[in-house]
Amino acid sequence: MKLTLLWTDIMVWFLVISLLVWSRVISRSPQVKKQWHTIFKSSIAMASAIILLFYLLFTLLDSVHLRFSTQPTETKSEKVQYQGEIVSLLDLIFAHNIKSTERTYSAPFATHEYAMSIVVDENGVTKQEYLPLKHVGDGDDIVGQSIYAVFIGLIISGVLILVHMVWRKKRGFKSELPWRTAYLTLLFLVVTFSWFYILSYYYHVLGTDKVGGDVLYQSLKSIRTGVLIGILTTLIMLPVAIILGVSAGLFGGWIDDVIQYLYTTLSSIPGVLLIAAGVLSMQVMMDNNPGWFESTLERSDLRLLFLIMILGITSWTGLCRLLRAETLKISQIEFVTAAKAFGVGKLTIIRRHIIPNLMHIILISVVLDFSGLVLAEAVLSYVGVGVDPTMHSWGNMINQARLEMAREPMVWWSLFSAFVFMFILVLAANLLSDRIQTVLDPRNKL
Amino acid sequence: MFAYIIRRVLYAIPILIGVNLITFILFFMVNSPDDMARAQLGAKQVTPELIQSWKEDKGYDKPLFINSKTGGINTVTDTLFVQESLKLFSFNFGFSDANRDIGSDIKERMVPSLAIALPTFMIALITNISLALLLVLFRGSALDTSMMIIAVMIMSVSGLFYIIAGQVLFSKIWHWVPISGYESGWGGIKFIILPVMIGVFAGIGSGVRWYRSIFLEQINQDYVRTARAKGLSELRVLFGHVLRNGMLPILTGVVVVIPTLFMGSLIMESFFGIPGLGSYTIDAINSQDFAIVKAMVFLGSVLYIVGLILTDISYTLFDPRVKLS
Repeated sequence: MKLTLLWTDIMVWFLVISLLVWSRVISRSPQVKKQWHTIFKSSIAMASAIILLFYLLFTLLDSVHLRFSTQPTETKSEKVQYQGEIVSLLDLIFAHNIKSTERTYSAPFATHEYAMSIVVDENGVTKQEYLPLKHVGDGDDIVGQSIYAVFIGLIISGVLILVHMVWRKKRGFKSELPWRTAYLTLLFLVVTFSWFYILSYYYHVLGTDKVGGDVLYQSLKSIRTGVLIGILTTLIMLPVAIILGVSAGLFGGWIDDVIQYLYTTLSSIPGVLLIAAGVLSMQVMMDNNPGWFESTLERSDLRLLFLIMILGITSWTGLCRLLRAETLKISQIEFVTAAKAFGVGKLTIIRRHIIPNLMHIILISVVLDFSGLVLAEAVLSYVGVGVDPTMHSWGNMINQARLEMAREPMVWWSLFSAFVFMFILVLAANLLSDRIQTVLDPRNKL
Repeated sequence: MFAYIIRRVLYAIPILIGVNLITFILFFMVNSPDDMARAQLGAKQVTPELIQSWKEDKGYDKPLFINSKTGGINTVTDTLFVQESLKLFSFNFGFSDANRDIGSDIKERMVPSLAIALPTFMIALITNISLALLLVLFRGSALDTSMMIIAVMIMSVSGLFYIIAGQVLFSKIWHWVPISGYESGWGGIKFIILPVMIGVFAGIGSGVRWYRSIFLEQINQDYVRTARAKGLSELRVLFGHVLRNGMLPILTGVVVVIPTLFMGSLIMESFFGIPGLGSYTIDAINSQDFAIVKAMVFLGSVLYIVGLILTDISYTLFDPRVKLS
């Protein structure tokens, strides 16, 4: 067994670690701590945060890739041979779903295929009938299995909540945060997941797609794609936007002119077209350099990385413009003038006075952009300039299912699952960003 | 005024040159003329001579930025970049891979695009502003809060869902309107209704929230308090003062969009089979037709810049405090 980290894996782990470090650093400031406290006082914000964490957990599980060694052969070579196939932790958890592919479409919890097939029975008579699915139970004990699954879910969430309560008591927090909402959300999520998970051993809980793949597994795999596009794009564009925005606002003169020219030019190109042009060129480039990747997984990963970079290039302009205007405003305020008069260096002024006062703008735009990017992924995949067609993503799921709309009765489950998974993520992000905006934006003093 | 407009137009030129440079880098440096020739001619019979003759045929045989063979000013002008940019600046978009004149294609397809985009824009503007005014009138009430929650939910659903759900409900199940297609003249209305309604509904969440925040910013101003103190009714205050003063920030967001309406909507047009510029672009992307994508990028940027200039001009018309200098 060998750990194989893809490029995006490395970036997502780097991001998580730097977020942890950052939260450690800012928790030293009592003022910032109080702000976050106010944010999470709202039960909606708390519930949204728990849901987002749940999605993040799946992303992280799907971002640890392993490569198993093949069975030891007779020839005693010292070198361990590795399989070409790379699997993530999430794949291991859902191994039974990967194996149990059916022939074609089947509805959620179905025991038979969705469409009739022509069979010839032993008497040589040709007839049409619904073939039974290969990898499902008989559908008898669904209630018993559900009760068992919910019970397991309750135990797991109960233990988690208990541990947290004990830990809280030990730390002696006297916080008035809405912990009850948090516990209820967690309970709901864990029970739902355990119900889906345990029943997925007996049924295709959300049905199967055209080639018989399990839709629940696909939807869960798509989480990583969506979340990655949402957060890594921001990670790439943030430094550019901050550096250019602050220097344009602070230094003025020709630097300001050049930076303004840069972002006006970039933002005057229609976004989708710039992305399309970038992705098309990237495709040609990747076709010309097949040596950059070894497997299809690495190829689709590289394509995702390029897509994220292109999205980053097109999306920094808005934030940059905001930061420039705000820096211009802040640098006129007395405390910056005073710092200048004391002979404080420019870098120190930026670090001490400007960046902390820009933090709320950066944060708000990061959370706001996140939901927009998750939704954009679906549209881009539809246009044909999104992630690799072999990669699991909500956009690809919608795109494939869309072609089946004309069928009677409709194949609705792929579309439905993709939209629901996307809706929950985006709704949680939107609600949280609303709350952050209300608390942090100084214009919103209630 | 006139001098100002001239200056703004002149200022747009370096931006358009920048846009050209970006598209040029994307289309000619990453994807060199040799690559294009190979992709066009097919993998089988590619000989260096064939590539050369294809490049000469398309005019791609010049060096990218600096032509050292010719002397004087020609060193810079007789290059691929300058030649291509000049063509675009004169709105000569050349021919697509399928050998169709892109310029006349664009002219032809602008009308269907506008037939969808213009009604969507107008209806959305009116509904969003009236809904926002209604919410501001009842601000802080249960109606306001519940509508705001609904708005966030509408925002959080993928636009693709509205299109698919709309097509299934209104065309497949209820058979009210045809599922897709287009017809010029009044007979085309039955094709236009559904995409317009879906377009309006999909934008209602973010639209209402945006206008509401603009109006709420106005409602705490001193002049509103004065108006109320004069004894004006809340409705008069809302329409006479809040709406009129809110027009200014609304203008910034709205006027810039108007020229880009010509570009049409990518997703809408391809779902509803409308032969506009949006579906034109999507088809070009799918068939990797670089010439069309390049033309659309340039056209989109020109329209956006026209929108920026129009925004500035409309400012002077609506706000006497703003003087162009």
